[in-house]
Amino acid sequence: MDWINILIQGALLGGLYALFAVGLSLAFGIMRLVNIAHGDLIVLAAYLALMTVQTTGLGALGSLVVVVPAMFVLGYLLQRGLLNFTLSGGLLPPLLVTFGISVIIENVLLQEFGADIMRLHAGAIETASLRLGGGIAVGVYPLLVFTTAVAAIAGLQLLFDRTTLGRAFRATSDDAATAELMGIDNRHIYAVAMGIAMVFTALAGVLMGIRTTFDPSAGPVRLIFAFEAVIIGGLGSLWGTLLGGMVLAIAQEVAGAVSPNWQILAGHIAFLVILIVRPSGFFPRTRD
Amino acid sequence: MDGFRIERSTRESRGFAVVLLLGGVTLVTLPYWAGPGTMRLISEMAYYLALAQLWNLLAGYAGLVSVGQQAFVGIGAYALFYLTSQFGMNPLLAMALAGPVAAAIALPMALAVFRLRGAYFAIGTWVFAAAFELGVSLIQPLGAGSGMSLTPAILYAITPGREARALIIYWLSLAIVFVVCAVVYLLLRSRHGLALTAIRDSEPASASLGVDTFRTKLMIYVITAALTGVIGALIFVQKLRLSPEAGFSVNDWTVVVIFMVVIGGIGTLEGPFIGLLIYFALREFLADYGTWYLILLGVVAVAIMLLAQEGLWGLVVRRFDIHLLSVRRHLLR
Repeated sequence: MDWINILIQGALLGGLYALFAVGLSLAFGIMRLVNIAHGDLIVLAAYLALMTVQTTGLGALGSLVVVVPAMFVLGYLLQRGLLNFTLSGGLLPPLLVTFGISVIIENVLLQEFGADIMRLHAGAIETASLRLGGGIAVGVYPLLVFTTAVAAIAGLQLLFDRTTLGRAFRATSDDAATAELMGIDNRHIYAVAMGIAMVFTALAGVLMGIRTTFDPSAGPVRLIFAFEAVIIGGLGSLWGTLLGGMVLAIAQEVAGAVSPNWQILAGHIAFLVILIVRPSGFFPRTRD
Repeated sequence: MDGFRIERSTRESRGFAVVLLLGGVTLVTLPYWAGPGTMRLISEMAYYLALAQLWNLLAGYAGLVSVGQQAFVGIGAYALFYLTSQFGMNPLLAMALAGPVAAAIALPMALAVFRLRGAYFAIGTWVFAAAFELGVSLIQPLGAGSGMSLTPAILYAITPGREARALIIYWLSLAIVFVVCAVVYLLLRSRHGLALTAIRDSEPASASLGVDTFRTKLMIYVITAALTGVIGALIFVQKLRLSPEAGFSVNDWTVVVIFMVVIGGIGTLEGPFIGLLIYFALREFLADYGTWYLILLGVVAVAIMLLAQEGLWGLVVRRFDIHLLSVRRHLLR
């Protein structure tokens, strides 16, 4: 029964990785922007939650009320004020600007909070578990994270398929110039898209901060997990991202059960193997 | 074609060659008139310049924006530490072998990461570097997580005297940066350089004109990996201690290097020189402010990318039209 437990743990953790990945996938899908600072923005969200908890007395999950809107605004302004200007000049500007932002965020966090390991505390929910019989138990918190991820992805998919904003997103993604001719303001659409990407980033950051510890240098690893989930799932596919996250997390959990030293490395190896045998992932939708 | 000729150099570039020669002589004779502190600084600047030139060749010319060059620094360093401590190999020979070792690892690696385009390529190379770091920390003969040290006996194999050793390593740093700059310069002046410049400007267009973009890029990737491996071995023979974290440090061996190239001017040979000087000047002035210098470097790099993509050297070229290290061809009558 141990192995079934490990697989369930991995699958549930995959939900968190999918949340890491959705923001990255969204920015790439709509503006073909690969945000190198994505991992650092996740960590920034966790620190914002920490500050909110300390100053307002809200709980860790309650801090989402502040962190989510704050990150939306940050994302909007970041895109409108900075990243939009990098989109016309080829490959290097967006890459190097987000790379610079990544280093800035990491070092500002280091300057403000020091290198200490931090954690968000959500109380009893962290340790609660559901017994499913047959020796199988599921943690309530991992289950909550996974359900949140599924609900968030379903919501985003609905937004894409059913709303005017979603149609504008798809139009700019397909052909930015024509969309503009049809009266869509791309600069605004891109900024909204980045705002929405940051909503997922905020969710991911807070949920991560309750599950594991973090410090200012934790960003790049989150970026890499997010990236691996996106590529395993196939570029542009939201549900593929969830699957990618689950594959990655299961590889990590299974290897971690054998030997803790192998946990993260096994995830990388799983990713590299999939990259070699199936380079476009499981459900590719976008061609870059 | 009567009456036409192609000229490769400019008047400034011939003048600059003289300046470079004088600078080279100054640096080579430096141990005889300057202290060990200066020697260490120059040696550090030398290997950073070499790393910057190589990253510039990759990203600025071949369009391969790698954030994983620390992989090859680490591999080269581990090759040196392993070969010298396990087989008693002379460190200088091991340093030379670090190149082929890094190249042998880079080749299969390229076949995986070349499937990723643009920014995803960048993160893919990063994953490899992270995987190497984690992998090495599991391998007992490589010292696992705690790393390895160079014993005095290994250092004696270079030469017994401490000062003579410092002198040899100093000259080696100069030799390596010279070789790297020469390789990059000659490569860019060769037909591969033309192919690279074409790829930099438009990959589909160059492919349609018969440039084998895949092979050209693969060649550049493997050559830079080999040279980066040698530099890694050289860096850690000076540091004497090697751990997975230090050897595969993304901040030390890639982030800083990217900033140098971007600030100085990506896609130009002169840019890395300028970036190097600015980086070291900032570091000296802001040494007491901890992380602030990295924040400032980040801000400057972002500003440069937004306002003057060709970097500071690009601004100079646009204003004064001078080319100190000319790789262009001028058609003259």
